[in-house]
Amino acid sequence: MARDRWASPTGPDTSRLGGRWLAAGIASVLVAAVIGVATGPVPIPIWQVIRELADRLPLIDVDSSLSPADQAIVWDLRAPRVVLGLLVGALLAGSGAAYQGVFRNPLADPYLLGIAAGAGLGATIAIVARLRDAVGFIDPVPLAAFLGALLAVAAAGTLSTRRGSSGSPATLILAGVAVANFFTAIQTFIQQQNSETLQQVFAWILGRLSTAGWGEVRLLAPYAVICVVGLLLSVGSLDVLAVGDEEATTLGLRPRTVRRLVLMAASLGAAAAVAVSGLIGFVGLVVPHAVRMLAGTSHRRVIPLSLLFGGAFLALADVVARTVRSPAELPIGVITAFIGAPFFLFILRRQATP
Amino acid sequence: MTSTGRSVEVEWSEVSVVLGGRTVLDGFDLTVPGGSWLAVIGPNGAGKTSLMRTLAGTLAHTGTVRIGDDDAGRMPGRERARRLAVVPQHPVIPPGIGVFEYALLGRSPHQGLRFSASDLDRRRTSEVLVRLELDGFAYRSVDTLSGGERQRVVVARALVQDTPILVLDEPTSFLDLGHQLEVLELIAELRAERLLTVISTLHDLAVAGQFADVVAVLDDGHLITHGMPAEVLTPEIIANHWGVHADSVVDEDGSVTVTVHRRRPT
Repeated sequence: MARDRWASPTGPDTSRLGGRWLAAGIASVLVAAVIGVATGPVPIPIWQVIRELADRLPLIDVDSSLSPADQAIVWDLRAPRVVLGLLVGALLAGSGAAYQGVFRNPLADPYLLGIAAGAGLGATIAIVARLRDAVGFIDPVPLAAFLGALLAVAAAGTLSTRRGSSGSPATLILAGVAVANFFTAIQTFIQQQNSETLQQVFAWILGRLSTAGWGEVRLLAPYAVICVVGLLLSVGSLDVLAVGDEEATTLGLRPRTVRRLVLMAASLGAAAAVAVSGLIGFVGLVVPHAVRMLAGTSHRRVIPLSLLFGGAFLALADVVARTVRSPAELPIGVITAFIGAPFFLFILRRQATP
Repeated sequence: MTSTGRSVEVEWSEVSVVLGGRTVLDGFDLTVPGGSWLAVIGPNGAGKTSLMRTLAGTLAHTGTVRIGDDDAGRMPGRERARRLAVVPQHPVIPPGIGVFEYALLGRSPHQGLRFSASDLDRRRTSEVLVRLELDGFAYRSVDTLSGGERQRVVVARALVQDTPILVLDEPTSFLDLGHQLEVLELIAELRAERLLTVISTLHDLAVAGQFADVVAVLDDGHLITHGMPAEVLTPEIIANHWGVHADSVVDEDGSVTVTVHRRRPT
């Protein structure tokens, strides 16, 4: 069996991350970063990109022989966008993997508990109220989207809980669906009342990774750190939780506490990602599944590899989105589905035929 | 393989459970001496699984469950999991999980808050898999095993937990006769090796008579009677609570052979 290749001295088991998979994940991120920085209206040779990126690493001093203009393109235009793609992709895929683990449901995605609807409502209110004109120093749309998303998750969590005991996963999902519908109804109503901003609202909802410098990355970074650290600390608990609440309890785990902590970390990351990028679908669902099919189902693999491959996948999808109809851009959600779906079906079929 | 050194007693006192307004367990009192095998028998819906869950700590109840010298209700979940391991009636097997990975989950109560497995955890798991002759399957997916093999894997997880008490809820309900005996004989051997206290529900009276040294009859949430198999598995008690006609023969070693007769039209 293919998994035996990842053998360790005490057992070729899939319950460890394994150096090779980690190396593959990091390599995919580096490749995506180099391609992302090299590609654009002004072509920059790949080897020069590699030298320029390496030069910024500590203790390494190489001359990339890039002109100051090219350096500006690399560091002010392309690098922030690539980094944003890596972060958003990592957060969506990682939180998707966490949601699927917590709910033990393969169809769970990062938008399950109303994050998409909450963010949509928040962004719509900010756009319709023209808060951009009112607030000069900071873009209020991502902030409003972030608050909307967190409000929706908090509402779903609170409404599924009663008499002090936190509800079952199924109750939480149903509460999330109800909250999402309610928020979407309000959002649609507001949108209909303000048709002059319709196009702006739609553009936001479709999702994009356009940046102006490093602002979005800085906005996202603190939440990304909290989410990633939280998810990486919980991989062992998620593996125990995979046998269900009752058995996990008899193994010494506190399922409700674990579920609450993981959902908080994942929701914070997903909400922050959505706030800066809009609703990019598919990544949170497909990347974790592809990882499971290729590397095994232990969260010790699924979570870190989803973070890495998710980031690489979205950064590459963004390259396609900004090149195929250059100088126009395609919505990145179109690309993620267009590339992701056939790739996913390919893996699915390969797995089904032994 | 480690043995726990000292066998641990289990006691229920005045344990009652109410589920959805119905009393499924009513003032259950029983002491199981350390190192013995208790079989709880009774018709469907008697409250057997609920009784096991009060011991496992997964069902709210009144009254006290004592494990060794301590009140189980005041015990942190992790501490309880170091004292008793549960083989559930319907184990949840995560899709695609490997045999080694699944058995390794049994080390969870011995691990830190991050549940990361040490080399010792891996070694203990390997030892148990070798003991149960599962080492050949170690990297197979549990999904691909037969019913008997799968049940041994679940027992392996419980043994990896390295507890003095083993709780088995209908451990053989989906196995054919040969595999039923295989699993129960294995548990009997392990009990002798590790001085385990075994608490089980068994729906099969014949099996209970062969393996247990304490039998408790539960009917409609009440403890009807308990004692050695020879005292409990009598034709009268069987007729009263199961409504079937049976003969029972006490063997030299104190075990009981129960033969159930078909009801014929009169």
